[in-house]
Amino acid sequence: MSAPISQKAPGVLAASTAAEIALAAPCARLSLRARGDLAPLNAALGLTLPTRIGQVVPAGERQVICLGPDEWMIHAPSDDTAAIASACADAYATLPHSLVDVSAREVTLTIKGAHAAELLTIGCARDIDGIPVGEGRRTFFDGQTVILWRDGDTAFRMDVWNSFSGHVFDLLKTGCAELAAEHA
Amino acid sequence: MLLIHCPYCEETLPEAEFTYAGQAHIIRPENPSGQTDDQWEEFLFIRANPKGPHYERWRHFHGCGRFFNAVRDTVSDKFLTTYKAGAPRPDLSTLLPEGQK
Repeated sequence: MSAPISQKAPGVLAASTAAEIALAAPCARLSLRARGDLAPLNAALGLTLPTRIGQVVPAGERQVICLGPDEWMIHAPSDDTAAIASACADAYATLPHSLVDVSAREVTLTIKGAHAAELLTIGCARDIDGIPVGEGRRTFFDGQTVILWRDGDTAFRMDVWNSFSGHVFDLLKTGCAELAAEHA
Repeated sequence: MLLIHCPYCEETLPEAEFTYAGQAHIIRPENPSGQTDDQWEEFLFIRANPKGPHYERWRHFHGCGRFFNAVRDTVSDKFLTTYKAGAPRPDLSTLLPEGQK
């Protein structure tokens, strides 16, 4: 069996004239669940948690996406985990919440290129153009739950669970070559 | 593929993101040990299975993760409405088009 994607060095994994798929450098990923008045968490994190599902709020090197009415995913540099955890722990007395480090659970694939959006349609039934630039969505990609971030018209990031990433990558790689042939 | 409106995401999305979760508005008895076997059987197993509009639960599993309720016509597979969990059961007469009430 081939090695998991997470053991590969970050960088381009597959490329064609249609799109390029790369493994992003590891980062801290924190799953946050909370309800009620979010002010203490906003103060602890130094940002305003988005409340509309799919909205992304960048704050320096940190980035938060709202995944559900009471659920967020925080991305930050790897060495930022302890700072975020201790800041949120201080807010726990005023706002009970759950903050879980899931950094090792997922890998991020970046997908960019002229036909990046079209490439995603091979595994995602959702209308990709319905995701505005600068936002993201948790969705379904060929059997897996993934978080899809749209950084630009033709630039996406896909967070996929490490154990499924080999399968997802293989599909994207095939699609990448097929689209290049189709548009040649 | 069905398109389902998620009342939490406020988007109409492909069925692949959702899972079906049975009949809606079934309330667990406050005191299960006070139930007779027949009442408990009714709560656990007996479902309406109507031909026509059906109140049912769905979950936006590969999205926001929320459970919500829907009214779906089991004949045409058409969703008449979806609404948040905990919201009152909508009146069928306001959902059906004229002539089908």
